[in-house]
Amino acid sequence: MHLITKAALVFAALSLAACNNPDKFGAGSGAGMGGGGMGAGNGIGTAALGDPSDPTSPAYFQQNIGDRVFFAVDQSTLSSDARAMLALQADWLGRNPSYGVVIEGHADEQGTREYNLALGARRANAAVEYLISQGVAAGRMRTVSYGKERPVEICSDEACYSRNRRAVTVITTGGNV
Amino acid sequence: MTFTKALAIVCALFGLAAGPIFAQSGPLRIQITEGVIEPLPIAVPEFIAETGAARALAQQITDVVLADLTGSGLFREIPAKAHLSRVTSFDAPVQYPDWRAINAQGLVVGAVSLSGGQLRVKFRLYDVFSGQPMGDGLQFSGTKDSWRRMAHKVADAAYARITGEGGYFDSRVVFVAESGPKNQRVKRLALMDYDGANLRYLTDGSALVLAPRFSPTGDSVLYTSYETGFPRIYLMDTQSDRRRALQDQPGTMAFAPRFAPDGRTVVFSLERGGNTDIYTVDTGSGALKRLTNAPSIETAPSYSPDGSQIVFESDRSGGQQLYIMSAAGGDAKRISFGEGRYGTPVWSPRGDMIAFTKQNRGRFHIGVMRVDGSEERLLTAAFLDEGPSWSPNGRVIMFTRETSGSAGASALWSVDVTGRNLRPLGLAGAASDPAWSPLLP
Repeated sequence: MHLITKAALVFAALSLAACNNPDKFGAGSGAGMGGGGMGAGNGIGTAALGDPSDPTSPAYFQQNIGDRVFFAVDQSTLSSDARAMLALQADWLGRNPSYGVVIEGHADEQGTREYNLALGARRANAAVEYLISQGVAAGRMRTVSYGKERPVEICSDEACYSRNRRAVTVITTGGNV
Repeated sequence: MTFTKALAIVCALFGLAAGPIFAQSGPLRIQITEGVIEPLPIAVPEFIAETGAARALAQQITDVVLADLTGSGLFREIPAKAHLSRVTSFDAPVQYPDWRAINAQGLVVGAVSLSGGQLRVKFRLYDVFSGQPMGDGLQFSGTKDSWRRMAHKVADAAYARITGEGGYFDSRVVFVAESGPKNQRVKRLALMDYDGANLRYLTDGSALVLAPRFSPTGDSVLYTSYETGFPRIYLMDTQSDRRRALQDQPGTMAFAPRFAPDGRTVVFSLERGGNTDIYTVDTGSGALKRLTNAPSIETAPSYSPDGSQIVFESDRSGGQQLYIMSAAGGDAKRISFGEGRYGTPVWSPRGDMIAFTKQNRGRFHIGVMRVDGSEERLLTAAFLDEGPSWSPNGRVIMFTRETSGSAGASALWSVDVTGRNLRPLGLAGAASDPAWSPLLP
């Protein structure tokens, strides 16, 4: 099955799950379910993932290069692993100059909402600064912080927290964002 | 959704010295200061329906008055079945001995009439032991569908006369209604009465929304939305639901907005190049002013009620701590010095205290301190408590409590500023980020 088809099925499943989730407050309609998901939201042109066997596709970037780096608790400094990953990302972006990038910064749930937004912005910016140092043009990149609003892992242990403290490089259409 | 009256009232986990005192001699009076005492016993016999059409409403209004007063934690209901006297007419003389016999210290007598869609609610409050009315009778009138507000106004008047402080029942709360799994949360702005009634959604859930805040008059709401893909501040009129983006600097994020008492200036956090500072924007002219300029995180600003100062959080000393600066910016004075991290400070409407979120040793707390940082008291302790908001009279704090784990969910809770009467609001769905309105006119 092609990834696109898979993605569509996953999205459909999520949408159904959302539909099955009753409007517990019993007021208004359940409009808008399924929106506001992880990753770039409305207004950001996210590229079709394409075929992961095509080395110029965002899917290839995501699966074969790696789209995220992780951070220590309450930190935004890049580990050597993170720098190595970002160097690979910069290399790919250098070979695929038509894409733009949105770097999402995220935090784990240990922290207040506003602080985590600011912390996620620091993380996203740390990734951007490193990508610039590796030759990626600043004008191709934008940052956004989700703070603790979009965890990928949902347990309340360090095993999950360590995967939620992340900066994710999302490939977008257009060299400028 | 209704306000759940039978919520367990859990005492605070910390041995706070503060609490209400009930003067047993002299005039009926609760001084909300020191010493934890029993709630004051009151009788609220069913309000008299003066027109046939008002019968059902009279019962409902009585229930809301009782829920307000007992929900404050300061009053205890003497149930109707224990009453010896029946109140049959609003103007009939009060049979004080009958109410003394059942130890009712306060008596609320009310009457409701409905004609031509116009609702009228009258009430009188009596001090049973001194055998006289407390203040004059009051009458509220309005349309039939404002009956809950009239009940809240009766309760506010009784509360104010007995405590000597303003009430908080005729007020609203704007908050974020949550649904969906933890990694796919749908968040919608919602508005309700302070007790959870009359819930109405303000946004449809298609975009992530965070931390709404009322204007000083209570008729508009500031919030952060990701509808463009990037966090941006919006101002919505809660009558018309019309909204507009406040300001947008390309390549930046804007969040944590709050109104100045002038109702025109908005203070907020603006992030640029990974650094977050505090700015103000004039909602009329759009003029932007920078108040802090540091490489650290400066966020969660809140004005003093007189508008002269701003309390905010900053990690300029290494961890999150609370600071106060002039509303014009400039030097800031650190006020939090305890163990752990302090965030989301909110200035009390009385001006004397700051409520905050504290993180220490893996636990979260809602706490209060004096404006100079002294007399810090923690009111709660849990896996994750955050984001305090003051009731209009500065007596009660509402906040978000989130449970842990993959099924973790947020709920709105409230606690008295003394640490007593900790309780969930009992809403049907998950909710976060409450912000209390001023008392409605």
